[in-house]
Amino acid sequence: MQANLKIQRYDPEVGEEPRYDSHQLDLPEYATVLDALLQIRDDVDGSLAMRASCRSAICGSCSMRINGEARLACKTLIANIVQVEGAEVTIEPMGNMPVVKDLVVDMSMFWDKVQKIQPGLLPKTPEPEREFIVSNDSMLDLATALNCIMCGACVSDCTVLEVDKEFIGPAALAKAYRFSNDPRDNATDLRLDLYSQENYIWSCTRCFQCVQVCPKDVAPMEKIMSLRKQTIEAGHTNNPGTRHTQAFADSIRKTGRLDEIRLTVKAFGITNITAMIQLIPIGWRAFRHKKMPHLLPKSISSIKNVRRIMDKLGNE
Amino acid sequence: MRYAFWPGCVSKGGTPELYPTATSVAEKVGMELVELDQATCTGAGALGEHDPKLVDVLNARTFALAEREGLDTLLTICSTCQGVMAAVNYRLREQPEYLAEINETLREEGLEYKGTLTVTHMMWALVEEVGIDHLKTMVFRPLRGVKIAPFYGCYILRPRYVLGMNEHPNRENYLEKLIEAVGAEPVDYEGKSKCCGFPILTINNDTAVTMVGNHSSEAKENGAHVMVTPCPLCHLNLDGYQPNASSKRGNNINLPVLHLPQMIGAALGFNETELHLKRHIISTDSFVEMSGIQRA
Repeated sequence: MQANLKIQRYDPEVGEEPRYDSHQLDLPEYATVLDALLQIRDDVDGSLAMRASCRSAICGSCSMRINGEARLACKTLIANIVQVEGAEVTIEPMGNMPVVKDLVVDMSMFWDKVQKIQPGLLPKTPEPEREFIVSNDSMLDLATALNCIMCGACVSDCTVLEVDKEFIGPAALAKAYRFSNDPRDNATDLRLDLYSQENYIWSCTRCFQCVQVCPKDVAPMEKIMSLRKQTIEAGHTNNPGTRHTQAFADSIRKTGRLDEIRLTVKAFGITNITAMIQLIPIGWRAFRHKKMPHLLPKSISSIKNVRRIMDKLGNE
Repeated sequence: MRYAFWPGCVSKGGTPELYPTATSVAEKVGMELVELDQATCTGAGALGEHDPKLVDVLNARTFALAEREGLDTLLTICSTCQGVMAAVNYRLREQPEYLAEINETLREEGLEYKGTLTVTHMMWALVEEVGIDHLKTMVFRPLRGVKIAPFYGCYILRPRYVLGMNEHPNRENYLEKLIEAVGAEPVDYEGKSKCCGFPILTINNDTAVTMVGNHSSEAKENGAHVMVTPCPLCHLNLDGYQPNASSKRGNNINLPVLHLPQMIGAALGFNETELHLKRHIISTDSFVEMSGIQRA
């Protein structure tokens, strides 16, 4: 199989702009991107910097951007890529983290963020004399989060981190879910309070990028969604995120549809004077271009059924 | 082809230019739309943050309404609705016991979702049902010389397993195909598959507006005259908040943003009024002139 690997090379110490080196390779059908990179490093250019260890998608060392998407090099078959995306395979370091050299990034930011969520059990009782038995069910729920190998792929491609460096990020929040839902942990409420603050769960835009790129199916965004539900149920509701999701329920209960004007006002919070003032020119712009939603939207005629469903499910 | 049709709330609300243009385009290309007037908001990804089961029930109700019309495909013109509905449909069809539980809640209204429905977006239907070649024969006014930046947004691309990407890997390139089909030139840029920022507009306004500025500026720097999107929520942000993004960046970005049906409609010969191009925050005058669209 023929493949052309285009590899981003960069050494900040030399101070030149990043460049791309191309390598035309003849590879066996079973070759992974890591196999190809090792072949290049061993036979062609020993100066290529990269991280790799287990070659089995366990250690999480070899994440990098392959054709623009963060993946594990050891888990990515070149044949699969070539078949779907063509014979040229572009290899770049992970995003959102500074490049140390070539394909190696500085993951300090990743580890700092994981540290912030208290990644260790805060147990209920003094250290037990023997093992703490937990139910199978409770651990099954944590199984996907426990699959995380800290490879950094989700952080690399997070669309929020790209513009908001303060966001705690998907990997740390998946880890947060793993601890706040562990039956051996005794700090759930403290944790949920922390996670409902600014720069934690409510900064996620729900773009699914982390779900897409995670090589171990951790689905961090789904964990973030569960944490949102849990924080609201635990009463941590004085935040714009809760107001936003609640405004959806209110609107659907009232008309069956989105009442965009009320939704926006409720989501920002009517007492949020700054936001209300900022909305005035936006409302005026919409009005001027004849795109102001109805002030008094009509309900669908079967709205009673919608309200009955919401009552039945206990949605207030 | 006959479809159950869910236009989404925003196509008649915050982006009122979308609904009439999309339905006219549908008629012109031979899609018969049976609108589900009793369907509800899909929850748009936000409702599920506190009540995921309600999202499943409300969308199952919409699916049951479509089945009651004797239809097997539900078409929408909103990527967010499409993404939410595709995910619900996937969950319900994968878990018959859960579907039975959901149907219990619908029974009082005389509804039942049997699990037969396929959810599609007008963008997919244009390529997969109408067909690029057929569409090309219908082009009356090729948009020659117009450079168009595709903006997919999230819900029509991710997650792949919910959206049938394994069976249809080219779905990730349909906007480019459609741009070429109408005679225009697609502009490539990194932002095309990123988030527009709209879901957190009321939560973290700064992030949402920065995203608008990044994507529209990058598209423009890469040569785009206009942007096109299949998602009205992306449109609300990319068009509606572009002035804010411009002030934030200190330069006037001024990139008109089209809804996908407006781009198709322009090529099919619709005039400015039929395309409702005056209902945009960023002026579409340059696009109207460049494409030779008849003014109102």
